[in-house]
Amino acid sequence: MALGPYASFIVWSYAAVAIVVAILIGWVGFDYRRQKARLRALEAAGAVRRSGKSATDIS
Amino acid sequence: MSLTDLANPTRFLSLTTRILPWLAGLTACLLTLGLIQSALAPDDYQQGATVKIMFVHVPNAWLSMFVWGVMSLAALGTLVWRHPLADVAAKTAAPIGAAFTFLALFTGSLWGRPMWGTYWEWDARLTSMLILFLMYLGLIALWRAVEDPSRAARAAAILTLVGAINLPVIKFSVDWWNTLHQPASVMRMGGTALDKSFLIPLLVMAIAFSLLFVTLHLAAMRNEILRRRVRTLQMMQASRAGSV
Repeated sequence: MALGPYASFIVWSYAAVAIVVAILIGWVGFDYRRQKARLRALEAAGAVRRSGKSATDIS
Repeated sequence: MSLTDLANPTRFLSLTTRILPWLAGLTACLLTLGLIQSALAPDDYQQGATVKIMFVHVPNAWLSMFVWGVMSLAALGTLVWRHPLADVAAKTAAPIGAAFTFLALFTGSLWGRPMWGTYWEWDARLTSMLILFLMYLGLIALWRAVEDPSRAARAAAILTLVGAINLPVIKFSVDWWNTLHQPASVMRMGGTALDKSFLIPLLVMAIAFSLLFVTLHLAAMRNEILRRRVRTLQMMQASRAGSV
């Protein structure tokens, strides 16, 4: 696949999209793990929801 | 399951946990297909291979406006119906919309340099897109500045609805003013101006990026609900400690 004289512009465009999408996926995944860890820590410290259900139970 | 059931954050969490893996898988498959089709698309007779930038630029530009549209609907949900998930939806869509807008500006700039001879021009389309990006950043700052989520939600909802005025300005800027940016070539009166060899990969990429947005948005909403659960538990714990 020949990209011609402007190959670097094309490659940088796709690379930027890949990097930003990877950052978004990483941010969402990291945030999920962090919130679950905070909820587990609160439950371990004796915090209970009004419903009595586990705070980490999302199923 | 009805729409009112989804107003319950616990039911919403349960639903997202079940559908997120499927959505992520479908998004990955469509993105792969779209990238293969983009790679195999022929060169344009005028632009050469540079036309391949269109397959990432256009979906990001569409989504940058679509996400603000979603946030505007969520803003109505917050102000009119006081839907419990509306402000969660608006808050979590903003960073994703900002990322898509940044990519539309960045890839557009990289496309503009070889085609127009410049990375940037203060014309109506580019400037209105930059304003959209700055509005996303402003909304994110507002959400971070106000600690109480319900107060932040109302202020952000008003700002979002005011900012929605910019959407038709972006869309019609190429018709209302003389700009370097080309006029609409896919969604326009009289049908598309694109050949099938470009249109099909573009539509596949647009659907893939739309699914990517839905997947990321649902996952971010799930995180925000958990964050609010953490906040509630911390407040309950603090009040219990205070009453002892």
